[in-house]
Amino acid sequence: MDHLSKLENQSIYILREAQNKFDRLAMLWSIGKDSTVLLWLARKAFFGHVPFPLVHVDTTYKIPSMIEYRDRLCKEWNLKLVVGRNDEVLKSGVTYPGGKATRVECCGTLKKDALKQILDKHRFTGVIVGVRRDEEPTRAKERYFSPRDKNMEWNVDDQPPEFWDQFKTDFAPGAHVRIHPLLHWTELNVWEYIERENIPVIPLYFANGAGERYRSLGCHPCTSPIKSHARTVAEIIAELRLTKTPERSGRAQDKESEDAFEKLRRDGYM
Amino acid sequence: MPDQLKIVIVGHVDHGKSTLIGRLFHDTGALPEGKLEQLQKAADRRGAPFEWANLMDALQSERDQNITIDTAQIWFRTPARQYVIIDAPGHKEFLKNMITGAASAEAALLLIDAHEGIQENSRRHGYLLNLLGIRQIAVLVNKMDLENHRENRFRQIEAEFRQWLSSIGVVPKIFIPISARHGDNIAAKSPNMPWWQGPTVLEMLDEFNASESLDGLPLRFPIQDIYRFDHRRILAGRVESGVINVGDRLVFSPASKASTVKTIERWNAPVSDRAVAGESIGITLTEQIFVERGAIAALQTAPPYELTQFKARVFWLGRQPFLPGKKYKLKLATQEAQCQIESVDKVIDASSLEPVPGNCKERGVGRYEVGELTLRTRRPIAFDAAAEIPPTGRFVIVDGFDVSGGGIIADGNYPRRTHDSHHRSDNIYWSRGKVTPGQRETRNGHRGCVLWLTGLSGSGKSTIATELERELFNLGRHVYILDGDNMRHGLCSDLGFSHKDRTENIRRIGEVAKLFADAGVICITAFISPYLADRDLVRSILPADTFIEVYVNAPVSVCEQRDPKGLYAKARSGQIKNFTGVSAPYEPPLRPEIELHTDSSTAAECVASVLDFLACTVPPYRF
Repeated sequence: MDHLSKLENQSIYILREAQNKFDRLAMLWSIGKDSTVLLWLARKAFFGHVPFPLVHVDTTYKIPSMIEYRDRLCKEWNLKLVVGRNDEVLKSGVTYPGGKATRVECCGTLKKDALKQILDKHRFTGVIVGVRRDEEPTRAKERYFSPRDKNMEWNVDDQPPEFWDQFKTDFAPGAHVRIHPLLHWTELNVWEYIERENIPVIPLYFANGAGERYRSLGCHPCTSPIKSHARTVAEIIAELRLTKTPERSGRAQDKESEDAFEKLRRDGYM
Repeated sequence: MPDQLKIVIVGHVDHGKSTLIGRLFHDTGALPEGKLEQLQKAADRRGAPFEWANLMDALQSERDQNITIDTAQIWFRTPARQYVIIDAPGHKEFLKNMITGAASAEAALLLIDAHEGIQENSRRHGYLLNLLGIRQIAVLVNKMDLENHRENRFRQIEAEFRQWLSSIGVVPKIFIPISARHGDNIAAKSPNMPWWQGPTVLEMLDEFNASESLDGLPLRFPIQDIYRFDHRRILAGRVESGVINVGDRLVFSPASKASTVKTIERWNAPVSDRAVAGESIGITLTEQIFVERGAIAALQTAPPYELTQFKARVFWLGRQPFLPGKKYKLKLATQEAQCQIESVDKVIDASSLEPVPGNCKERGVGRYEVGELTLRTRRPIAFDAAAEIPPTGRFVIVDGFDVSGGGIIADGNYPRRTHDSHHRSDNIYWSRGKVTPGQRETRNGHRGCVLWLTGLSGSGKSTIATELERELFNLGRHVYILDGDNMRHGLCSDLGFSHKDRTENIRRIGEVAKLFADAGVICITAFISPYLADRDLVRSILPADTFIEVYVNAPVSVCEQRDPKGLYAKARSGQIKNFTGVSAPYEPPLRPEIELHTDSSTAAECVASVLDFLACTVPPYRF
């Protein structure tokens, strides 16, 4: 079995475990390449169906073509979408860069708190998220089934053991679990799989006429494109085989302090 | 595409695991741009010297304490292939994280500090690697610079550790002298150790083999879930070992039911009538049989064991010890069963192999200890010896909400049939005062309910009811049919067939069924029960979710053709008055929990759908 098939089979196994073990299950869909690959894997696992709703946390700062792409796929793939938004904070205007919020504070309210609101509202106990170990160091320590307490906090100092594909699926009431079926994939694997399966991805990933493309997608005030001439999936793969720049280099919120991202994640960020 | 190999780096705390990884990264050119400078700056800010280890120990608490707390993974490449490096913590208190990291590896590097020599966790990690099933181990004797690169110090450690490893049955691939901090014998041969003629670490890595395919072993296909998509009933799961083909005759353990593979299901993948070990697929069957998550499909020629007892070696990670007499949940492949310790043979300290002090029959297996013991499950489970088929020969133990231990099943002269399946746990669920429904549920392994079959005469209610009773009985459930004729002979002998008497008949049956359900029994009733209001009355006297209305639907014309008791003929000729469907109304259920179409499905298919429903709503074993 080739390497991509091994990754794929493991992810399908995890998705099916999640579907079996959680009555109130949802998948976060950021519209980016990773969660779209995850969505594709869900269709693999459930024979063309997606048996749980997708949650999109809308900060209203997303690049507009992301929303168009989201709505098109929802229709074509028959997806159930739940959109979460922190209206209170958006109304108060305490956001970045217009209001008095740092980048990290803005991520905290518009993404993390909005996520918590939607989890509470729908009483989701399992949330599937497309994070990968190779993205950045705190994610490298994640589990496939990663518990969060009722305040969404991640107790990174005392994580459950996870071996032989036996996952933590028993919980105290009030806790929820993040499920990470893509944890063992790399950025390069994701693109290789997009190429193999011919998965539609948002065109922002491909170089425009000005020689720039997005490598990681987020809100427009905090996400910048990289210099690149990769116009096709194959060219992106060729580029990634040689690059030494980290994937999230275009994501400004990671850089406010040495452990900015780690703190966000402990508090419940994706 | 180059293949990938997963390698775990283990060893005692401070013997240089994270440093080695930082070095491997740097020497293979895998460091992201700016990372080295970033780490150097961060070290300056804290006023601490630069450490290679900080590359992996990215979390704040780890940087502060200078030890790896959790396992982490990073990737690098040699010309031969890609590597995933798993950094496992060396502190005893983080052993659960070491296990998490090591269990998925295909090979291991075990580090020993040349200056400090072999320590407690050098040995414990060696022991656990073997128990986890990792056979390819290389030992790196690190910090050779602290011993002036002396060959005899290296040879001394090699001899001592080789002897210890051989006592637990491990033959290491090689010992290499290195200095991770300075890069000696990592990517390039060390000018400081000209006496070393062997390979560098990178050369040696490329010689490790990828893990062996399990295709050659007997087929084990544990059922993960059952889906109904697009009018097909799909049994989903991963082929853990062996190969599965369309047309294979499968036996599903532990219930020992058989059927044949009709199709192998995949989505957006090339069609193939065959699936190999590691593939997550679905199958459909030619004959519908009742199968639940947890069943293991195998070829009839080589089934797994089906027993309630086996011998195992268990390593314990829980804060509370693994105690005899206490109930735990055992998870093996996709099976779950309640279990307890039957007897403890030995409890050892994995770093010394010495028995721990105290009476192990009373104290059980403490944290980080390894127990050799016999486990007993509440119901028969399907399993193999770990040495024969690893994926179905290992399990975890859940204490409360937490995975607290792992075990491998020892070889043993297990009988192939279930001889001790009648073995039931002791009367530990006795309550001296009131017995609650919850206690009954725990004792029975399921809750009571009423399966209320309704439909025309000849629709197939009795056939389905009797088949259902037998299936449930064989599954170990407490089940009983309330038979219409028996009721009419006894309890209801004073009643006739007028609307009023029929209502009273159903009311009495409803009350009796309620008592059965309350006693914890799955009570099946098979009455025409033609009136909506009567059925709703029964529903109203039962607790929520306890009344399961099963509409046995067949057109009158079909029932009349079947007419097993010749009743339709009599009704048509006027010999029977008030005959439902002919001269009396039948009010079909508006929202039955289950609807069966006996004109288009076989009895076995109908029974399977009821069992599927029950598997979701009346869990067979709850803890």
